[in-house]
Amino acid sequence: MAKKLNMRKRYELFTRGLGWEPTYQTKEAVFPRESYEGLKITDWDKWEDPFRLTVDSYWKYQAEKDKKLYAVMDSFAQNNAHLNVVSPEYVNALKVFIQGVTPLEYAAHRGYANLARQFSGEGAQIAAQMQSIDELRHAQTQIHTISNYNKHFTGLHDPFHMHDRVWYLSVPKSYFEDARTAGPFEFITSISFAFEYVLTNLLFVPFMSGAAHNGDMATVTFGFSAQSDESRHMTLGLEIIKFMIEQHEDNLPIVQGWLDKHFWRAYRVLGLVAAMQDYMLTESPMSWKEAWEIYFVENCGALFNDLARYGLKMPKHHEIATAESEHLSHQLYGAFYNFSHAAALQTTVPSEKKMDWLSEKYPNTFDQYYRPRYEMWGEMAKEEGKRFFNMGLPQLCQVCQVPMVFTEVGKGKPMDISYRDSEFNDEKFHTCSDGCKDIFDAEPEKYAHAWLPVHQIFQGNCGGAEIPDVLKYYHFNPEDGGDCKGSADEKHWNESKGIDDADDDASVDQAKIA
Amino acid sequence: MTVKTTFGEYPVGNKDAVENFHGNQLVYIGWDEHLSICSANAYPLPPDMPFGALTEAVIPSVAGPHPDFEKINWETVEWTLDGASLTPDMGASLKDNGIGHKSLLRFKTPGLNGYKGSGN
Amino acid sequence: MSENKVFMIFQDTEDARPFIGAFEQENPEAHIEYLPGIVRIEAEGRLGVTQEVVSDLAGRDVDLQELHLTLVSLSGNVDEDEDAFSVAWN
Repeated sequence: MAKKLNMRKRYELFTRGLGWEPTYQTKEAVFPRESYEGLKITDWDKWEDPFRLTVDSYWKYQAEKDKKLYAVMDSFAQNNAHLNVVSPEYVNALKVFIQGVTPLEYAAHRGYANLARQFSGEGAQIAAQMQSIDELRHAQTQIHTISNYNKHFTGLHDPFHMHDRVWYLSVPKSYFEDARTAGPFEFITSISFAFEYVLTNLLFVPFMSGAAHNGDMATVTFGFSAQSDESRHMTLGLEIIKFMIEQHEDNLPIVQGWLDKHFWRAYRVLGLVAAMQDYMLTESPMSWKEAWEIYFVENCGALFNDLARYGLKMPKHHEIATAESEHLSHQLYGAFYNFSHAAALQTTVPSEKKMDWLSEKYPNTFDQYYRPRYEMWGEMAKEEGKRFFNMGLPQLCQVCQVPMVFTEVGKGKPMDISYRDSEFNDEKFHTCSDGCKDIFDAEPEKYAHAWLPVHQIFQGNCGGAEIPDVLKYYHFNPEDGGDCKGSADEKHWNESKGIDDADDDASVDQAKIA
Repeated sequence: MTVKTTFGEYPVGNKDAVENFHGNQLVYIGWDEHLSICSANAYPLPPDMPFGALTEAVIPSVAGPHPDFEKINWETVEWTLDGASLTPDMGASLKDNGIGHKSLLRFKTPGLNGYKGSGN
Repeated sequence: MSENKVFMIFQDTEDARPFIGAFEQENPEAHIEYLPGIVRIEAEGRLGVTQEVVSDLAGRDVDLQELHLTLVSLSGNVDEDEDAFSVAWN
């Protein structure tokens, strides 16, 4: 009887055996994007598939994940489980997610489909194809999960439209499009390595453990379902880095440059997650600072020790990112607080309990630099109509497109805004940090094309000159923004829970009893 | 350094050329040590606008609600324009004060360092 | 072997039980942590399981690739075939 093929051999026959050398077109004509970035790939046979998953197994496991997930979603809807979350304020974390992250999942689906076509190595093609389908599954399951919340809360109704237009959503959008408009190797270094390996836990752990601690089992279920795909994505990221560097010694500086750029850009996007993690979760399991310490400083320390033998170094300006970890969430939430009248989410002055937690988690910074602003804003909000809103529009960084809230933390001056600027073709361009300035200066022609939402509003391209026109252009409803207190979300919540008094702490306590 | 392409020169462009702003220019104005106003603000302003209109109308539209604002003595305010110290001529236009498209104007109010001196 | 830490994180579910148990059994130096909904297994340098032990704990013939159903995250270089799965730093 014939011997059963072992996993390696079986995988090789199913994958490598399907590639061929083209004869009636040149290889360069069939794969026109493989060499223009300057990378030297000589032998795709050296590609090591870390997970030898063939399509039959892939479909089987993915189908089972989906069946389990949709069963939970059905049960969630039937049981009105949206009322099990700890508070209506928590749902603002889901607004950040569906507006900021879900459209990136879809963009990743498109990006990996492109890679699967552009790479000539079969192993990489297959990994990219599977990832493309994974990412579409993530987009779909996120939409499905959060659609239950959309029936009961504001701001969740039109995330893809908002993602392409709204001022704070150009942060994730521009990062991903920076990668999508680069070549296939830069794209995969950015997304598979910098984002889905180096920084992945800093996206998922805050949202998923946040969901678990705030009674949101639907999001936890979705999160686990997606994370089971992420391990394959992570191993693809690690493999591509090793493959590129091992192919030719000339590749190392190119790869290092992409890592430096995309680590910084992805880190800047994660500022939105930091603000969510420290401020939008009623019950906070872990601070951004703690997560950064575990998942970047420790975890990536180990990763880069391993990669040191290839000559790869820790990404440039990582020390600034680490120094900023005591400030990031506060500065980004400050931006959201300033502008939540023009956002599809609500903010508020944190409760005393939350501020005591922040003092404990940020002993070097919160009481000295950030508690005072909440005291001031709290005083202002006591008077009708005097809750502080910034009635202008912020200066944005030309590269990361975040409002210029970052400060000279690296120089020991955390209350001095970090202003950087460059000149290109007789025009001024402003950036928020050495990290973003370096990125601008390396490819100024690219960033001179940036669609900065604030500037576009002033050019009249966003519905009109007044804020209400712009919010209409964004497809915001009037009840989407503003303060958590007195919001439509709070009112509906109180009605559902039978709470008469709209006092913030009372509604949380009542929700726990209910 | 230039952006790599498969098709020759990367296209030249400038989304925020001053011509796109209907006669206005972009000016960024930030109040140092008042970070409860989270960042400098961006404004589309006529280059011929008198500098005094900044202190009388533009800056108050954002900074007015801050408890320090009404205490500002504009005579003692320190201005920085595009990194260099500026003594503005209140009656002269922005343009004549050297404020061009995408200029960054910062001001510091000595003695007023934010809420309870915290820089907020 | 590296002193750098490797880890495996599984969902805390019945499907993951044989894998979690095998990691515990076959890596006595590993540190196991239970967090809401997940189980985190961490060790210095290397973590590995065999198909034999996982199947034994499951009471049936397990395909190691079934870990795809319940794996949440990992850290380390992956090495897999039908008999064994491991993560390690060099």
